[in-house]
Amino acid sequence: MTWGLTDVTVRFGVTNALVDTTLTVEPGQVIGIVGGDGAGKTTLLRALVGEVVPRSGSVHAPAPHRIGYLPASSGSWAELSVRENLEFVGRSFGLSTSQVAARADELLARAGLDSARDRLARQLSGGMRRKLGFCMATVAEPDLLVLDEPSTGVDPVSRVELWRLVSLAAAGGAGVVMSTTYLDEAERCGHLMVLDEGHVLLSAPPEEALASLVGTVVTTTDPVHPERAWRRGRTHHEWWPPGERPVGSTITPDLEDVVIAASLARRAGVAA
Amino acid sequence: MVVKEFRELRRDRRTVAMIVFMPLLLLVIFGYAANFSVDSVTTAVVGPQADQVAGMLPDFFDVTTTDTALTEADAHDMVQRRDVDVAFLADGTPVTVLVDGSNLFAAQATVSVLNKMGDQVTADVLFNPDLETSWVMIPAIIGLILTFIGTIVTSIGLVRERTAGTLEQLAVMPIRASTVILGKIAPYFLLAAFDMTLVTVLGVWLFGVPFNGNVAVFALGAAIFLFVVLGLGVFISTISQNAGQAIQVAFMLMLPQILLSGMIFPLDAMAAGVRWIAYGLPLTYFTMISQGVMLRGAPIDSLWLPLGALTVMALLIFTGAVLRFRRDLAPSRRRGHAHGEHVEAATR
Repeated sequence: MTWGLTDVTVRFGVTNALVDTTLTVEPGQVIGIVGGDGAGKTTLLRALVGEVVPRSGSVHAPAPHRIGYLPASSGSWAELSVRENLEFVGRSFGLSTSQVAARADELLARAGLDSARDRLARQLSGGMRRKLGFCMATVAEPDLLVLDEPSTGVDPVSRVELWRLVSLAAAGGAGVVMSTTYLDEAERCGHLMVLDEGHVLLSAPPEEALASLVGTVVTTTDPVHPERAWRRGRTHHEWWPPGERPVGSTITPDLEDVVIAASLARRAGVAA
Repeated sequence: MVVKEFRELRRDRRTVAMIVFMPLLLLVIFGYAANFSVDSVTTAVVGPQADQVAGMLPDFFDVTTTDTALTEADAHDMVQRRDVDVAFLADGTPVTVLVDGSNLFAAQATVSVLNKMGDQVTADVLFNPDLETSWVMIPAIIGLILTFIGTIVTSIGLVRERTAGTLEQLAVMPIRASTVILGKIAPYFLLAAFDMTLVTVLGVWLFGVPFNGNVAVFALGAAIFLFVVLGLGVFISTISQNAGQAIQVAFMLMLPQILLSGMIFPLDAMAAGVRWIAYGLPLTYFTMISQGVMLRGAPIDSLWLPLGALTVMALLIFTGAVLRFRRDLAPSRRRGHAHGEHVEAATR
């Protein structure tokens, strides 16, 4: 069974938060949703879990008890302990007390939260709290796991641990859709969707995304068009649309270059 | 800095409302409502010489009933049901005057007027013979405590889910919206009920406040009132983004109730325009019920007006607030789109 969105458009007032978006999630697949602030990442995830009603299009999702969701906020109850949080969510998802206990033991051990099981959620560090949120989202072994920026604000070590948990969930058969602002993380996904102002710029596996660049990216110390340039380390990268003669040294773009170039191309009205 | 402050204030509609609304409210209350002097009391004159006695009474006594056939028991009944504040038993000299002590300020004013009438009358203050302020205040304070828990504590508890982002979590969990709402409200209902019992028992025990009426009638009134104030709390949570905003709105809703419900200033002494505001406030009606049951032992049929008014308020406020809160939970389910192996489709 596959899940996803078909031609979904979401509007908030006069603003198009998501435009004609189609996404298919296969079991065991990890899909990364990438984009800047206000790109529509959270709206897409919220549409998928049923928290936002699309203006048009259709959403294909499992029943609520088969969806795991980690919202952009902590997602856990601050005044409940780690164990109580998992207990509450597990029981709400219809697991028996013994099933919840067994699953909680397993997840907490994997997440390295074993020793913190009796600590209140508010006493956890940011990274630990995100991991707890992840454990809560996966406690009922969902078919569809939706994670809103699970690693934002998380230290590098915890990010690695979170990724291990995501991989394990996917290996267990869950379709995973996660938004992220980290492109190195996005490159690890099986499929990538890049959003910009609610529009889909790219939707492809990372290697295909890298090959989908429209125009040319050069490296330069003195950009000709500063509005089409971005700083990378001590130099600038500059995007040149097709038909224009680039000034600078042409480079093989990485994912960051491709994402920025795709965004500039859309705003310049250049078709991918 | 000043410009920044004004810009922020201009966009903070609640604070602007408070800045505009509070001074007006205080002005109206203290101008028209803050009056302890009762100028007249509703009066019944009964007994064989009722017509003569009624004709001799000063203007302070607003005679609404004159009946030569009625007896002392009837007069007592009229005062107990609060059909009148005072009843004259015109069956000889001196004339016995039954005064409703649960209507404290009216009773104090009545006793003062009766004292000036000399030996012709004997005052018999019912339900609060020593005209104790605490006897009248404690039944009203029970309502205030219920209002506090129902409005402020409930709204903060609910709005905490929103600020922590856990409302979003609850919205997508496989729990029915009605179960979430019931689960969130039931603890506050029980806590408020516990507090009410505690304060009532302590009021009776420490201050000697009598409990003359039927406990079931009191509990019924309190339960209906709780639905009203819990509804207000839920409503506040739906229009607040954080605890500060919730407290601000709750404060704006509570202050008029404290000042205009008759708890501090007597309703009879308020200007007519302000009194109508008082009759739109739930605490006014709960105070009528609590004072009526505890002090006067008022039977349920004499409390039909406050019970009815509270029931209407409960239905409107609680239902409206719950529907608003439900709107924040699982919007896809709200609109009837099944979300589950499914297809939640919208057409162009």
